[in-house]
Amino acid sequence: MKREMTGAEMVLQALKDHGVQHVFGYPGGAVLPIYDEIIQQDDITHILVRHEQGAGHAAEGYARSTGKPGVVLVTSGPGATNMVTALTDAMLDSIPLVCITGQVPTHLIGNDAFQECDTVGITRPCTKHNWLVRRIEDLPRVLHEAFYVATSGRPGPVVVDIPKDIQFATGEYEGPNNIAHKTYRPRLKGDMSAIRQAVELIASARRPVLYTGGGVINSGPAASQLLREFVELTGIPITSTLMGLGAYPASGKSWLGMLGMHGTYEANMAMHDCDVMIAIGARFDDRITGRLDAFSPGSRRIHIDIDPSSINKTVPVDLPIIGDVAHVLEDMVRIWRSSSLKIDQSAMKAWTGQIDTWRARNSLAYRPSEDFIMPQYAIQRLYEHTKSRNTIITTEVGQHQMWAAQFYGFEAPNRWLTSGGLGTMGYGMPAAIGAQVANPDALVIDIAGDASILMNIQEMSTATQYGLPVKVFILNNQYMGMVRQWQQLLHGNRLSHSYTESLPDFVKLAEAYGWHGIAVDKPADLDDAIEEMLASPKAVIFDCRVANLANCFPMIPSGKAHNEMLLPDEANDEAVAKAISKEGKALV
Amino acid sequence: MNAQNINAPSAYFMAEVSEKLETHTLSVLVDNEPGVLARVIGLFSGRGYNIDSLTVSETEHEKHLSRITIVTTGTPQVIEQIRHQLERLVPVHRVIDLTVEAHRNNQDKPLERELALVKVAGTGEKRLEALRLADAFRATVIDATTEHFVFEITGRTNKVEQFISIMGPLGLIEVSRTGVAALQRGGKAL
Ligand SMILES: Cc1ncc(C[n+]2csc(CCOP(=O)(O)OP(=O)(O)O)c2C)c(N)n1
Repeated sequence: MKREMTGAEMVLQALKDHGVQHVFGYPGGAVLPIYDEIIQQDDITHILVRHEQGAGHAAEGYARSTGKPGVVLVTSGPGATNMVTALTDAMLDSIPLVCITGQVPTHLIGNDAFQECDTVGITRPCTKHNWLVRRIEDLPRVLHEAFYVATSGRPGPVVVDIPKDIQFATGEYEGPNNIAHKTYRPRLKGDMSAIRQAVELIASARRPVLYTGGGVINSGPAASQLLREFVELTGIPITSTLMGLGAYPASGKSWLGMLGMHGTYEANMAMHDCDVMIAIGARFDDRITGRLDAFSPGSRRIHIDIDPSSINKTVPVDLPIIGDVAHVLEDMVRIWRSSSLKIDQSAMKAWTGQIDTWRARNSLAYRPSEDFIMPQYAIQRLYEHTKSRNTIITTEVGQHQMWAAQFYGFEAPNRWLTSGGLGTMGYGMPAAIGAQVANPDALVIDIAGDASILMNIQEMSTATQYGLPVKVFILNNQYMGMVRQWQQLLHGNRLSHSYTESLPDFVKLAEAYGWHGIAVDKPADLDDAIEEMLASPKAVIFDCRVANLANCFPMIPSGKAHNEMLLPDEANDEAVAKAISKEGKALV
Repeated sequence: MNAQNINAPSAYFMAEVSEKLETHTLSVLVDNEPGVLARVIGLFSGRGYNIDSLTVSETEHEKHLSRITIVTTGTPQVIEQIRHQLERLVPVHRVIDLTVEAHRNNQDKPLERELALVKVAGTGEKRLEALRLADAFRATVIDATTEHFVFEITGRTNKVEQFISIMGPLGLIEVSRTGVAALQRGGKAL
């Protein structure tokens, strides 16, 4: 059914037709017609942020915690440029976002008009696709395509740039039903003969390992369910990237912990020594592989991914399977069940025995203290107090993020929202706001660092306005801890500008925004204080003063291989100072 | 362009890559929509791939299809990456590695031609020599005064390059080249 309406009305209608309930945004001259429609309807709730970057990360938090696309509305020029970090973040972590930007009217484009910028030019490399809509006739189709492209295949952010005159123009609107995209049709089903070969290869393994990533989460809850089934069936030990935590439960008996630079010793050693590696929705990122030419030297590799460009990008694989994780796993589980295939049990016993000896190195150990709160201990206590609740954890970027990944046990997908690919400080609080909007009954906690939290601190005001009781748990070490750690490793412990001077009084800051503030510096007070935080109906800043100079271990030093980890019990000052070779120093 | 990047697919890759570099010709069918060329070029510059030659033109007007022909150099792994990265762009219909197709059919190369306009100024013996050589290369004169010629030459890239370098000492003052257009040999369309 076609209907006459204005461009601004089309935007709202398309959002409704795609089931959108919340939009994160910030107004300005070039989007006023759309804002004028927003206030005249009730179906879609607009959440006013305090900075467009906050809108972007909030929409990411919304998307990651629900699997639905996050929607953002911002104005031209500075509104659009403020979105660039969030778009890039969503691009690298494959998060579906639909970002609508206002643009100066078409006749002014190219004139350096007020608040004009080349939005599609600027956002081209940091979106999956983008459109500048120059004709009202194109607007409905582009809006529908935007949702389709953002959410299908490997998800990602898209931008629809709409000049102001197009928002005022009238045209015919048609719903999303009859829209088939001309070119973009990602493949969902895997090739059956490749899947059969994969199953046979797995059955012949003696030292198999599953290496899973964010693709499992992106594929949807069914993928996590099937993954669990497959692990149950085969007994294969499983590790995950930072992005994939929660797909397999941390309490599961095949769980090795996270792998990579700050992953566990057993996960990294299993990757190094395995004979068959099954990579699922993971992309062999440099934080995972360590030194490439020493990466898992004896393994044959199966790689399941929806994006063909992920295959053989950095690490050659023997058996690629292009397809959606849930679709492929469904076939694998079915074939495995209907066959009499079985992994050699004595080989598996030897392999899990070997893994147990690695596990016994206790690579996450730290020295407890009665005087200072150790940051690892703080996360452990937070976990104990919140594990039985419906909890969503977001993070900022730094040591606290890695400690959260190491010490908080994730049992379900879409419960762990962190900026993995881009490593964006300032991600966590707006992401928590977005997650809380989508999950009003959940307990949403941003595990933060004292430096990162200041990067989008203005969003406290958003949480207050909408009564969102997010909890910000700051591991306050008064340093940019991760930077300090690298300076210690790489630069003779010369701590150039990594001390966070002049921090605010976080308790007073909380009060100033109408939040509740708590500060703790004694381990003995920690439990009660966490309970106080959880009992508060308000948003809370929890200023947890932790040991200042703790380092995050274990660690694969830059330029080293999986089997050259620096373990906490070996990491004395001298070992730390010498851990990275001259060549390794050039790496990030 | 960024040849050194080819050897470093990851920040962690320290060892020299000993894989041989190959030159491939890719044919990319795209929707002729605004910005599509910028997407392709941005992909190459952003990821540090080489562009040896690039040509683009609308080839099927009613369907709004354009064909971009790219000649690029890299290790086989990088060339496979380039193909997949191009396929990932939303307005891209198909990417065909014509070099791989040619090898599959036991041919050395796909059909490749480029056109160059070559301006040579001078008088006397050099001018005569330029005209004689142009004739030998089957270049045609498309503009002339008593002081200059503009030659049009068509052929494989190395023929065009040879002609241009021979004209160097004979008064070459300006060159414009189209870049490579390419098709697969034989009676079938891709
Ligand atoms: C926007 C941004 N700028 C700079 C960095 C580089 N960086 C990575 S971690 C870090 C320090 C973070 O300090 P803090 O938030 O206090 O966390 P900690 O490491 O102390 O837990 C910095 C500056 C970054 N990741 N993001």
